[in-house]
Amino acid sequence: MTEPTVYELTVPGRVGFKFPASDVPQVDLPAGFEREELPLPEMSELDAVRHFTRLSQLNYAIDLGFYPLGSCTMKYNPKINEVTSRLAGFGLTHPRQPEDTVQGNLYLMYTLQEWLKEIGGFAGVTLQPAAGAQGELAGSLIIRKYHVDRGDTQRTRMLIPDSAHGTNPATSAMIGFDVVALPSDERGNVDLEALKSLCDDRLAGLMLTNPNTLGLFDENVAEVVRIVHAAGGLVYGDGANMNALLGVFRPGDLGIDVLHYNLHKTFSTPHGGGGPGSGPVAVSEALLDYLPEPVVKIVEEGDDETPPLFGFYRPAKTIGRMKAFHGHFGMHVRAYTYIAMLQQEGLRDIAEKAVLNANYLMHRLKDTYTLPYKRTCMHEFVLEGVWKDVPEIHALDIAKRLMDYKFHPPTNYFPLNVHEALMIEPTETENLETLDSFADAMLKIAEEARTNPELLKNAPHNTPVRRADELKAAKDLVLCCYPMDELQSK
Amino acid sequence: MFTPHTEHDVEVMLKRIGVAKVGDLFEKIPEAYRYPKLNLPPQLTEMEALAELQEIAGSNGSTQDLLCFLGAGAYDHYIPAAVDNLLQRGEFYTAYTPYQPEISQGTLQAIFEYQSLLAQLTGMAICNASHYDGATAAAEAVIMAYGHFRQKRKKVLVSRAVNPQYRAVMRTYMQGSPELKITGDEPEVGIDAGMQAFIDLIDNDTALVMVQYPDFFGRVIDYKPVIDAVHAQGALVAVAVNPTALGVLTPPGEIGADIVFGEGQPLGIPLSYGGPYLGIYAINDELLRKLSGRLVGSTTDVEGNLAYVLTLTAREQHIRREKASSNICTNQGLMALASTIYLTLLGKHGLQQVANLCYQKAHYAAGELTKLPGYALQFGDTPFFHEFVVKTPGKVDHLLEDLRGYDILGGYDLGQDYPELEGCLMVAVTEKMSKNDIDTLIDAVGEVSHD
Amino acid sequence: MEYPKDLHYLKTDEWVKIEDGVATIGISDYAQDALSDVVYVEFEPDAGDKVEAGATLATIESVKAAAEVVFPVGGEVLELNTALADSPEKLNDAPYGDGWLAKVQLDGEPDLSGLMDAAAYEEYCKGR
Repeated sequence: MTEPTVYELTVPGRVGFKFPASDVPQVDLPAGFEREELPLPEMSELDAVRHFTRLSQLNYAIDLGFYPLGSCTMKYNPKINEVTSRLAGFGLTHPRQPEDTVQGNLYLMYTLQEWLKEIGGFAGVTLQPAAGAQGELAGSLIIRKYHVDRGDTQRTRMLIPDSAHGTNPATSAMIGFDVVALPSDERGNVDLEALKSLCDDRLAGLMLTNPNTLGLFDENVAEVVRIVHAAGGLVYGDGANMNALLGVFRPGDLGIDVLHYNLHKTFSTPHGGGGPGSGPVAVSEALLDYLPEPVVKIVEEGDDETPPLFGFYRPAKTIGRMKAFHGHFGMHVRAYTYIAMLQQEGLRDIAEKAVLNANYLMHRLKDTYTLPYKRTCMHEFVLEGVWKDVPEIHALDIAKRLMDYKFHPPTNYFPLNVHEALMIEPTETENLETLDSFADAMLKIAEEARTNPELLKNAPHNTPVRRADELKAAKDLVLCCYPMDELQSK
Repeated sequence: MFTPHTEHDVEVMLKRIGVAKVGDLFEKIPEAYRYPKLNLPPQLTEMEALAELQEIAGSNGSTQDLLCFLGAGAYDHYIPAAVDNLLQRGEFYTAYTPYQPEISQGTLQAIFEYQSLLAQLTGMAICNASHYDGATAAAEAVIMAYGHFRQKRKKVLVSRAVNPQYRAVMRTYMQGSPELKITGDEPEVGIDAGMQAFIDLIDNDTALVMVQYPDFFGRVIDYKPVIDAVHAQGALVAVAVNPTALGVLTPPGEIGADIVFGEGQPLGIPLSYGGPYLGIYAINDELLRKLSGRLVGSTTDVEGNLAYVLTLTAREQHIRREKASSNICTNQGLMALASTIYLTLLGKHGLQQVANLCYQKAHYAAGELTKLPGYALQFGDTPFFHEFVVKTPGKVDHLLEDLRGYDILGGYDLGQDYPELEGCLMVAVTEKMSKNDIDTLIDAVGEVSHD
Repeated sequence: MEYPKDLHYLKTDEWVKIEDGVATIGISDYAQDALSDVVYVEFEPDAGDKVEAGATLATIESVKAAAEVVFPVGGEVLELNTALADSPEKLNDAPYGDGWLAKVQLDGEPDLSGLMDAAAYEEYCKGR
């Protein structure tokens, strides 16, 4: 089924929204700057509403069904978040308002900073980074500046495990670090011997995702941190997988120096079809002065009568500003709402149920699909989507066939150190029946692979579109649609 | 609350896994650190949480109660009801990145339409699926230009009239490339609309020249001489834009800009105390291979039907890892959708109308304000769009504080960022301000100025 | 899968053919197959540049992957196969023919000690 584009729906003369007429005297636009053509759509409000509603119906989403996209933590996004973040006092405040008119915003940001410090075991938090990748950038710049300030300008080597997200090496390279890949051992942990051999006075640090993208908690994490610190390096924690650790373990307690959170993964802010994210960064005591500006603090303590006064400050050795204004405040409100409803007891429950769900699914699937690392997993696990007896079937075919069963496929072809990877993260918000029906579908697909492989190779069959020609998309690039009259004149 | 497990479910699951209790699944976590006591308050129900958040929100003054003449990078526009209503469809906001095109055509087509609308609005060939905000888009322009010349050209010139936050962010991003010099925004180069001192700095070591349109002070400047001078040296030009202004002003694409970027917040995105916003990023087609961020293209499926997919993904970090030009992973998906709906609803006539209203009302306000004794336009008869700078007779911070007594956010104190503009107030006027609102501001300024 | 006998191969899947002091360089059949459909080739040096063995020659993008190609030998870049800009599919169709990437004028006798012959490379590929 094909939905026309907004340009195809355009009928010249139609108007979808009308502003009040001007109530001030008319003046001319500046001479020489007047725009001649403004090729935008023309349609009624109802036509626009139907168009976007129909588009929404072509999507799969958490609100429609199970979405076990590994490493993305597609948990339920509580509806109350959408109510609180839209309260006029939050949603309609201007970022340049004087601090005394937005004490509520500053209180909320300060409290969220405090909670994130406490949850991860850190000394300070900035809410500014716009997404996990930007949090990595902020954290890496902090590590870089820390070394530079100590005169250790030769420390430019960043160790990155082979199972890491692509953003880790991309971020390091962006700020001039040399990326050195660190292999995993046969149990999926950081290879300690390889780590030791790379630890010298060129070491800036290690970027560690723990649990890693295989869903495994590194069994030697204390030793890994000790080795890096002994060589003068710092340990960056990629908090993408913090959902497994809430209330159970604090990375800061073990000496992790910097960590970013993904509010859109762990703290239930919506993924929004690809963003916005939000990537607060937490640091240890020694790195407090390097946080990006601005950070919220109490500028005047309160007493029984008056609340404390909150304000922004610029840390002494700050790496600078990461984006305009104060971060994705709308996401801060949502994360605050979520944490307020959980706290110690609820956070621990999240981690426990996330890990329970993942292990249960793993046990239901491990005899039918190859499980490369046979260990208790954390919040996710990775299977090989390929069998020796039906070599023509790939992880991609399994993923596509799952759509016919009304499930979103797991992440495929990541992590890179597992052949034909299928990375499955059920999250804590799914019930037993859902997990079972997904497992049943996976087992059925394994059967179909043997009895009717074409069913997989040609999947999906009943989706709005079928497998798309990605080569054609890349070679005959069409990145825009144009207004109808322009199309017709061609 | 958000976990559905009954005790019986847990029993069934543990039995299948083969462990006695949930805690056994965490035994690899060093025991000494397991289950820390967290210093957090007691948990709230939804009813209690809402009450608490209403109280916190209620302690703010918002643009619902205050007349907002503040701009300086974020603008108080009216957002049609349909925009937020459609954004709240779970099919949009609880989906993720459209990696599986067969079940993501809604998100993909919406991004494709976003790319199309913004390319048209900016007058450029290609627009990506967005960056975080205007400031980070500025940083991406610097990275793109530096990479385009393979790090051989070592100078980026940025006008002092570009948003100070954009300039700060690009410097943050480029700390790891100390051989690149970001310059041109020093006080001695100045903010003169003629820009001759700035143009004189352009040479063959320059990779990128960045200006803003309308500039940070709201001025509408003819950049043709700058662009010609840049192209004569073989360098690239990036122009930051306010998308509302492009409803009535010539787009930079028409006068030769290579990169057009900017803050997309005015296109239907709430102020929300600074975020999430939208980083518009459009280019000419020669820069396509250096473009970072997501892109959607159209193609066909196996049955020959039209389909949309993420394309040219081999540029991105998840494939290229340390060879990628940017580490960006997400886009501002939902905000891009908001602006797509906004531009579709307003369409050609609505965007022209809103741009015109902003222009007219700002000019009325400027005219009235400068009738007051001691108030004058700082930049004389230089054209401006919906924001302008007035020289005031006293201290701006005192004036703004006095205006708050009238429930007015009077504008932005430019002395904070520009010492040479001490005593200057920057006022933004959008379509939301009626003549009556503007007169209220003028009367209040008149009254407090006599004190 | 083809492994022409008159070529020398690198572990990173580049091939080089030496004729009259000129080295022609490309990527192997194995490499093009692993990359799948190539959509874009970007050359790092310009014709006329002096390059050393190991320097980056080009980045090749396919629909799903990106790969860096290095010079197996050093010298002066005589010619780059710029026709690949318009028809990158030549890399898939004829990796040892029209899909060549660069020609390099050698300084003297090239050091081929780090390279494999066809038999060794074939063995190496089968083990992957």
